[in-house]
Amino acid sequence: MIKFNIKLLVLSFLLLISLRPLQSAEMIDPIKVDWSFKGLTGTFDRASLQRGFQVYKEVCASCHSMQYLSYRNLGEPGGPEFSEQEVKAIAASFEIDDGPDSQGEMFTRPGKPSDKFKSPYPNVQAATAANGGAYPPDMSVLVKARKGGANYIYSVLVGYEDPPPGVTLDDGVYYNKYMAGNKIKMPNNLMDGLVEYADGTESTVDQMAKDVTTFLAWAAEPELEERHRTGVKVIIYLILLTTLVYLSMKKIWSRVDTEV
Amino acid sequence: MSEHEYVPKSKAGKWFNDRLPLLTLGAHLTDYPTPKNLNYWWTFGGILTFCLITQIVTGIVLAMHYVAHADLAFASVEHIMRDVNYGWLIRYIHSNGASMFFLAVYIHIFRSLFYGSYKSPREVIWIIGLMIYLLMMAAAFMGYVLPWGQMSFWGATVITNLFSAIPLVGDSITTWLWGAYSVDNPTLNRFFSLHYLIPFLILGLVVLHIWALHVPGNNNPVGIDIKKPSKDTVPFHPYITIKDAFALLVFMIIFAGFVFFTPNVLGHSDNYIPANPLVTPAHIVPEWYLLPFYAILRSVPDKLGGVILMFGAIFILFVLPWLDTSKVRSAVFRPIYRQFYWIFVLDVLMLGYVGAMPAEGIYLVLARVGTIYYFAHFIIVMPIVGLLEKTDPIPMSISEPVLTGGAEPSLARKVNDKV
Repeated sequence: MIKFNIKLLVLSFLLLISLRPLQSAEMIDPIKVDWSFKGLTGTFDRASLQRGFQVYKEVCASCHSMQYLSYRNLGEPGGPEFSEQEVKAIAASFEIDDGPDSQGEMFTRPGKPSDKFKSPYPNVQAATAANGGAYPPDMSVLVKARKGGANYIYSVLVGYEDPPPGVTLDDGVYYNKYMAGNKIKMPNNLMDGLVEYADGTESTVDQMAKDVTTFLAWAAEPELEERHRTGVKVIIYLILLTTLVYLSMKKIWSRVDTEV
Repeated sequence: MSEHEYVPKSKAGKWFNDRLPLLTLGAHLTDYPTPKNLNYWWTFGGILTFCLITQIVTGIVLAMHYVAHADLAFASVEHIMRDVNYGWLIRYIHSNGASMFFLAVYIHIFRSLFYGSYKSPREVIWIIGLMIYLLMMAAAFMGYVLPWGQMSFWGATVITNLFSAIPLVGDSITTWLWGAYSVDNPTLNRFFSLHYLIPFLILGLVVLHIWALHVPGNNNPVGIDIKKPSKDTVPFHPYITIKDAFALLVFMIIFAGFVFFTPNVLGHSDNYIPANPLVTPAHIVPEWYLLPFYAILRSVPDKLGGVILMFGAIFILFVLPWLDTSKVRSAVFRPIYRQFYWIFVLDVLMLGYVGAMPAEGIYLVLARVGTIYYFAHFIIVMPIVGLLEKTDPIPMSISEPVLTGGAEPSLARKVNDKV
């Protein structure tokens, strides 16, 4: 009786957890992509991260900020792993506002690896005003900030369609089948051949969407590879220790007549 | 308490112990006679102590890097995640640690409900435990506000607004809690201060909880009083320490699974969007461990009524030792109560589920039925079943299951199997 009920309890609890994502049923499920960073030992595809950064820099960065990332992150282990020279060159290609200097004047200088990513607009209000009243969200943690994560971001990027009959859209509003409410103020910015990949990969919409999503997934969780590696070690260690403690427990409890 | 007085062997030890009997305390904790038939549901006290210490240690480190300011809090959390050495690990242990803490405390509470550990002479242990649980909820709620994401801000707004339901002075109390005219920087500052304070209050109450436990000693799965020390008991060390260590390690494996492989699954994605007072999220939901109470709150059409029922759902537990009229502690020997117990468990799980859903349609109906049953369980079922139920025969001791009533050898084995 008790054993059966405990199973029931566990099952109900799992049901409870698994049903939670059903909360907003008005959206259609995003496309499931077999990302290389999924799973217990998932890692990022280095080449895809580098291409994704290129898409971000040439396309997204004109509206979206990534204020919590620094250029140095691009060269750190577990990320795109650009060389030190490349990181310095990338940073130096941006003009960074600095100051005040000893005369009290603000000035600009070429970026350094320690600088944060330069934002396209000086503040949220300016970004909102320049984009028809819709603030292009900061993309530093965007993948963690959306239900569905990387799958959702990718789906939105490839989810643009002509509106179905009967749906009228205002100026500057676009139809996207994966966006909540299906209306999005970001135009479809990706088209085949838009960027010229340094590694010669063909830049289809699908390829660019996957690459930039991979880049954003890393940006949101730059610790992911180290986390996965450490996690495997920690769990193996804990299982070994648990086994030893279990055997010790059996030995100690063998002195009394109670099962443990 | 052990009968014989502890005398340290060394002269220095004796000198010190005469002035502050710490060594006597240590000897008491080591020798503490514990029922030998405790099952694994009894290991959660140790697990909870581990959870509290983990939260305090990781929390102290996080506080070294966190900035409690409305404009800087979100960025400082990202700073912890990206720039602080192993900051991601410390923060994920802390945030998942809160969930693991509640998982353990719910098992601990439901164990107590099943085996009647709240009953005489353990009422004070139970009440101190409930005070710890209340403080845990306060600490967890305020902790969730600190990253200053969308769910932080709007969760804080919903919960603090509950106080405005109090007649006459409600609005003044809410403004006083906020320190402003809405949830704002002063609110964040005081929540941080209180979030740092509460765990130490909990620690103090944990000491009292254990102290109160050591007066009558542990309850046990059979639920009978036992002679201590006797054939029915084992010394706490090494028997219980090694068993607790084993259970704790299994718990840590699950904990590590969350931290390293799905660190955000128990949180809400909206909390990675910085707080914005002008944009309300589509669904404001609390963390999973508060959902049953959230369901009770929303099941009542009247705001004040909802608040009263929600707090009532917790405060009714304080009088549980007096609502339960049964002379028998353990549900193992209470065939009727045992059925109601499992219905109650399912009721709470269902309330948790509907608490995560929008308060409309079938979910609202389920929430109302669940809420009524929740209270009926304590106010109607517990007193009546206790009086009417015919309980199974109870063994005289753990080692010698001599039965009251018809002594039937096969029953002794049956009892052991059940336990």
